[in-house]
Amino acid sequence: MPETTAKPWGETKFVGKPIPRVDGYERVSGTAEYPSDVVLPNMLHAAILRCPHGQAQVKRVDLAKAREMPGVRAVLSDADKEAQIPWYAPPGSPGSTGSPTASRLFDPHCRFEGEEIAAVAAETPQQAWDAVRAIRAEYNVLPSVVDMEEALKPGAPAVQESGNRWGAPRETKRGDVAQGFAEADVVLEETYRTSCEIHTPSEIHGSVVRWDGDHLTVWDTNQGPFGIQAPLAAAMSLPLSKVRVISHYMGGGFGSKLNLGKYTVIAAVLARKTGRPVRLFLTREESFRAVGNRPAHIMKLKAGVKKDGTLTALQLTGLGEVGAYPAGTSVGYQVGDLYRCPNVLISESQAFINAGPNRAFRAPGFPQCSWALEQMMDALAEKIGMDPVEFRIKNYSAVCQMQQNKPYTSAGLRECLTEGARAFNWKDARLRSKGSGPWVRGVGVAAGMWGSQSGPPSTVRVSLYPDGSASLNMGAADLGTGTKTVMALVVAEELGVPLDRIQIENADTGTTEFTRPSGGSKTVFADSPAVRSAALEVKARVLEMAAAQLKLPVTDLAFQEGAIVAQGGTRKLAVRELTQLRAQQVVVGVGVRGPDPVDKVVRPFVAQFAEVEVNIRTGETRVLRLVAAHDSGRVMDLLTYRSQVIGGLTMGIGFALTERRIMDAVTGKMANANCHDYKIPTAKDVPADKTVIPIDLHDTECNTTGTKGIGEPATIPTAAAIANAFYHATGIRITAAPITPANVLTLLEERRKRG
Amino acid sequence: MRKSIRERESRTGLSRRRFFNSVASGAAEAAILTVPGAVAAEAAVGQAADGNMVKTVLDINGRSHSLSVEPRWTLLYVLRDRLGLMGTKASCERGECGACTVLIDGAARYACMTLAVEATGAEITTVEGLMRGEELGPVQQAFVEEDAFQCGHCTSGQVVSVEALLRKTPQPSIEQIREGVSGNVCRCGAYANIFRAVQKAAELRKGGR
Ligand code: FES
Ligand code: FES
Repeated sequence: MPETTAKPWGETKFVGKPIPRVDGYERVSGTAEYPSDVVLPNMLHAAILRCPHGQAQVKRVDLAKAREMPGVRAVLSDADKEAQIPWYAPPGSPGSTGSPTASRLFDPHCRFEGEEIAAVAAETPQQAWDAVRAIRAEYNVLPSVVDMEEALKPGAPAVQESGNRWGAPRETKRGDVAQGFAEADVVLEETYRTSCEIHTPSEIHGSVVRWDGDHLTVWDTNQGPFGIQAPLAAAMSLPLSKVRVISHYMGGGFGSKLNLGKYTVIAAVLARKTGRPVRLFLTREESFRAVGNRPAHIMKLKAGVKKDGTLTALQLTGLGEVGAYPAGTSVGYQVGDLYRCPNVLISESQAFINAGPNRAFRAPGFPQCSWALEQMMDALAEKIGMDPVEFRIKNYSAVCQMQQNKPYTSAGLRECLTEGARAFNWKDARLRSKGSGPWVRGVGVAAGMWGSQSGPPSTVRVSLYPDGSASLNMGAADLGTGTKTVMALVVAEELGVPLDRIQIENADTGTTEFTRPSGGSKTVFADSPAVRSAALEVKARVLEMAAAQLKLPVTDLAFQEGAIVAQGGTRKLAVRELTQLRAQQVVVGVGVRGPDPVDKVVRPFVAQFAEVEVNIRTGETRVLRLVAAHDSGRVMDLLTYRSQVIGGLTMGIGFALTERRIMDAVTGKMANANCHDYKIPTAKDVPADKTVIPIDLHDTECNTTGTKGIGEPATIPTAAAIANAFYHATGIRITAAPITPANVLTLLEERRKRG
Repeated sequence: MRKSIRERESRTGLSRRRFFNSVASGAAEAAILTVPGAVAAEAAVGQAADGNMVKTVLDINGRSHSLSVEPRWTLLYVLRDRLGLMGTKASCERGECGACTVLIDGAARYACMTLAVEATGAEITTVEGLMRGEELGPVQQAFVEEDAFQCGHCTSGQVVSVEALLRKTPQPSIEQIREGVSGNVCRCGAYANIFRAVQKAAELRKGGR
């Protein structure tokens, strides 16, 4: 059934209620089987030797001793023909455009600490690591560069032969910024910096692989098995039909598990070599270096505003890290779209450095941009004496300026700001005494939007059985975002089947329908309309059966709460009474995602409010409370919706206050590749007081479920709101994230010296 | 009668307490106290018949398991890879995250920082051991109701830490709750819901669940 014919929901019975997860029992009882829990008979364990230098040429890898170690069944290095697999966008592959270099699975030129050199498979993990330690590798250590500004200076060590600048600067231009600045009453300019952040999901990256003849099965911790299947098939030169990837559960990804990892391919080659299944999971240290990050950014932002609060010009010059191989992140979008501004110039450059390449990280580029743009908005508001909330509302845009001024299907930024401010008690909080020290308090606001991607393709199957139970078949993984629960709610809503009577089959390329991996907050946005369409098709078939059986026109019948009711409620037929269904045992509905609207743009919006206290003696910053108001369209499950926002806020606290990859400039190595020195927020670092306010403008145009995506917006402006609250508390503009005690004390000292 | 860790310590003359640092003191502190496996391995090899494998008996979730282990094997490795108790999760394996938390003689400990041989004679409880048959225990139930997780990978460890907390402090304050789970990192960031779940679990336990 074409998805577009579905009418918007009115009153709902299941959708939008706070409903516990369908797989909650499995996740809390320890019975959920994550890929890292998969144990196969006769399975070997693998481990990887990695380059210990910032940059080096491998001279020699001596595997002789490792081969002889107890329990070792296979060793693998670049000397093995089967391991000579192209990597990092080799020429001719999709994504190779602009790729300056090709590399290999075990490339002799290691461009960052942690690049793969060799691997071992042994009977136990301990034996595998013993053997890795027995490998003798000789290196020609090369100079390295780990700072993006240094990397672009003449004479800097070359990360890539083609130069350390990746591509030409990307420009986005609208109007004339020079004229805009000339018209402004106030022009401000500031340089903002954000630090490199590491995903560090709880379940570390890895796979378990098994060959059955020429058929490869992989249990992999990822954000969608179809995103792994295709590149894995290409790397192993197998047809898609011979590669099955399964990811029923996974322990967090945040963007870092959208890509195929070298570890999967290494495990597959080792498994083929040994004729045995292989498990290869990385250690936490390895995951810090080799499986992605949110790159550091330097953002020079210039802004012009009139006294009445009208923005006249925005100019962003951005420089971002790429890491050692092409993988860019753009930060400019919100500068060009969030606020109405006729004159915009965005210019972005990216530099290679000797560090692990970046990967998508929850709203790639957006929290970085917010850090700059939202602090700038705060500073402009102060200069013209306007309330920061009012100032943002004044510059609200109802059209998408980055897409030819097309209107949005819904744009709740104003509502986010006003409702959020009300819940936060903004006006009073802003006037409250800040305290006399050593703890001083302040409040701040920041807004944001997410540029979600398009929806299709996505196919989903819903089956209804004669006993009234149903099953749902979809390719999407559930990252812990509640995907399974949300999709089951759609089935329940349409077919009246209670959640505990819905069986879900998902995230398995061998048995489930295709969808794209979960990234960009688009899983519910893309897949829930397909689920609805499949359920509606089931409904239509059931009504046809009932019409034939009751000898009534279909138009006289309705499907309500799992039964067929004739108009006026005169006759009722339970699903189990349908003779045709009993004969065929199942009715299957196939749903596909319809196209996105063409003349309108779908975007989620957000405004977040923070209260912090800062100790002006020790430099500590504490977040006391947060309010997050989100227009992400319809809430599908209030419980998992809130959890996503709460999680995004926590991550934003880390980005604002504690998280930062530290690279040693001399050795080119990462200095804090562990969760002790790289600090993720703990229970002691987050407020218990987090309020989530869903704003639902009943968007009937974005898709047939009215959803716009919540996962990434939740973390976009958090750090900026905290920075603005920090400024309100201290009067110090902290332009470099994270706001560490050391940074704060330095700034306090500078102010003291200035008098 | 089961010997306490302290008794066994004095019996062998080895300082083993450091393997059982309380996770409640926080991930950071526990990490500082990391002891190289080699130290303990040497000690245990002394007792080994063949110098490589040691016979041991582990009391897990009320059942006794006899098995041979390498002295360097962690309790985490033995639980998961040798006994198939996959509810206890492996993550950092260096005492920084709490995913592997189990109860040892009723206190929350990092299984990745505990050698299997060191846990001999102690009462070990994993997340599986907190079930009431097929039913969820009160802490688990509260986690589901409050949606105190997202991916669920840190959750076994959180649940076990909360169990330890509530056994000692049946009605914890918010600060005691923070302290109780401060050794358990949740990258999905579910802390605010975890705090609520602990309060709910305290109620459920009071109600005799
Ligand atoms: S503390 Fe044991 S796995 Fe992290
Ligand atoms: S629920 Fe994912 S890390 Fe805690």
